[in-house]
Amino acid sequence: METLLSKLLSGPLIAINLGLTLFAVSLEQQGVEVVRVDWAPPAGGDQEMMDLLEELL
Amino acid sequence: MASGFVIRKNQYYDSVFLMSVNRRISEVKGVQQTAVLMGSPTNKQLLLEIGVQDDQIKAALPNDLIVAVIAETPAIVENILGRLDEWLEAIQENTSSLNVRTLEEGLSKKPNANLAVISVPGEYAAREAKIALKAGLNVFLFSDNVSIEDELELKKFSAQQGLLVMGPDCGTSLIGGVGIGFANVVRRGPIGAIGAAGTGLQEFTSQVNNAGSGISHAIGTGSHDLSEKIAGLTTLSALDALDADKQTRVIAIISKPPAPSTLATLIKRIETCKKPVVGCFLGVDPGLISGKPNLQSARTIDDAVRIAITCSNGQAGLPAGNLTHEELDTIHKEKKAWSSEQKYLRGILAGGTFCYQSQQILREAGYSLFSNSPFDQKYRLADPDHSIEHTIVDMGDDYYTVGKPHPMIDGTLRKRRILVESHDPRVAVLYLDFILGYNASMDPVGELLDAILEAKRISAQRGGALTIVASVCGTETDPQDINFQIKMLTEAGVLVFRSNALASAACCELLEQG
Repeated sequence: METLLSKLLSGPLIAINLGLTLFAVSLEQQGVEVVRVDWAPPAGGDQEMMDLLEELL
Repeated sequence: MASGFVIRKNQYYDSVFLMSVNRRISEVKGVQQTAVLMGSPTNKQLLLEIGVQDDQIKAALPNDLIVAVIAETPAIVENILGRLDEWLEAIQENTSSLNVRTLEEGLSKKPNANLAVISVPGEYAAREAKIALKAGLNVFLFSDNVSIEDELELKKFSAQQGLLVMGPDCGTSLIGGVGIGFANVVRRGPIGAIGAAGTGLQEFTSQVNNAGSGISHAIGTGSHDLSEKIAGLTTLSALDALDADKQTRVIAIISKPPAPSTLATLIKRIETCKKPVVGCFLGVDPGLISGKPNLQSARTIDDAVRIAITCSNGQAGLPAGNLTHEELDTIHKEKKAWSSEQKYLRGILAGGTFCYQSQQILREAGYSLFSNSPFDQKYRLADPDHSIEHTIVDMGDDYYTVGKPHPMIDGTLRKRRILVESHDPRVAVLYLDFILGYNASMDPVGELLDAILEAKRISAQRGGALTIVASVCGTETDPQDINFQIKMLTEAGVLVFRSNALASAACCELLEQG
């Protein structure tokens, strides 16, 4: 049975990178298509605001 | 002494970027201490510990950049903080200017994406991983400090969806020849690998490559996957996937000791695999895994490589990798030069699995090693910074890496420790590992070379001779030039081995009486 995991293994790998830029760079060096997300803590890192957002979601 | 700080509201940078800026600033003449970090509660505590406190810092949020400098004069502090943008821009060449702020926006740019690579701070990681899984993406989760409850929830959900979560705390994977995180450049081939041990997986894949074979996929599971609570959910999904994968002919599993119940589940699943499975469960009693159907147990990673290659090509087994006569001769010559006081081994390692495997090998030879990551709790170091008798330290452990770069990226902490150990006249052998590959330091040996030479000089000045043993994990196709790295070590009089197991065997030989 084909799963999303087996599809990943049969490739090609297409990645979305959140966090360390160096991981995106090394994937790009290997010819992988990467979307680099310019990530920052949601709700400006304000925990109360984040909890509120979580509830809304 | 003078100090000062600057806070930049809503200016977020990743930890590796911040560490690069921190390193550059700390190299300025007259600077005593620097902190370049985001305003998370943990980081604010670190600032407090170095004596930098202020109401503005207390009020800073995880999105706010804080740069603090302690230096010999106020002019130095002012100069650095006043030119902060220049410091930031100097490092920022590689960052993207894309206006993609969230995973959802990323997906709208590439709706056919099939993997999210997540390395955000631990407190946000589970949230992002959940979003990725719900959107149908497999996840490589480098972040640590994700709760075991969150990990379990993520892995149960991913199993239902036919997806894979590699991690949390997953340092490496190779999917279809592409290295993710800290990975070596390895040829593709018939051997599939699953690893709950990051550097263990790097060692296995590199050695398979160096022996002329190749890797279909190497799937990292994260360090908690084989715990009782997680029960190997990622390992089991990876086994299913590799069992069904056409290119994979044999599957190897490399790990530290699984929980007994998880090991039992795993052994049961292995029995029904269509392909042969090689299990290298470091630290597990061989009696528990020998004689199981379809499972060939390997004592070391080197053994796992040999068995896996033999299974994959059906040819006669590769010879066991023992120390050569020439190496044994060199070892005996080294021992002759020691002073009467010299008798202890000190291992200063970057790889957690290497620290563990070395302890296993030395223990089998009758040597118990103290460690911050001990094989046997009886030998836990009370203070990781102070070695006792034979000691081996995992310098990639959280104790060393909270707010500081991992020793695979930056050699500063290991350099200091080498010099500390060299001042102990009882130390005879220093053992160091060097790990190459994507995202590791581009010159790991070069970073430690001065300290290696200095340690040898200090020992010689006392009338002794310090033996330095090194293992190098990597391939000839890695971004670093492995032959040049080895050449630097050899020219510095270091005994170099191509695996952690062989270097550990050399340490046993060095410690042997007579």
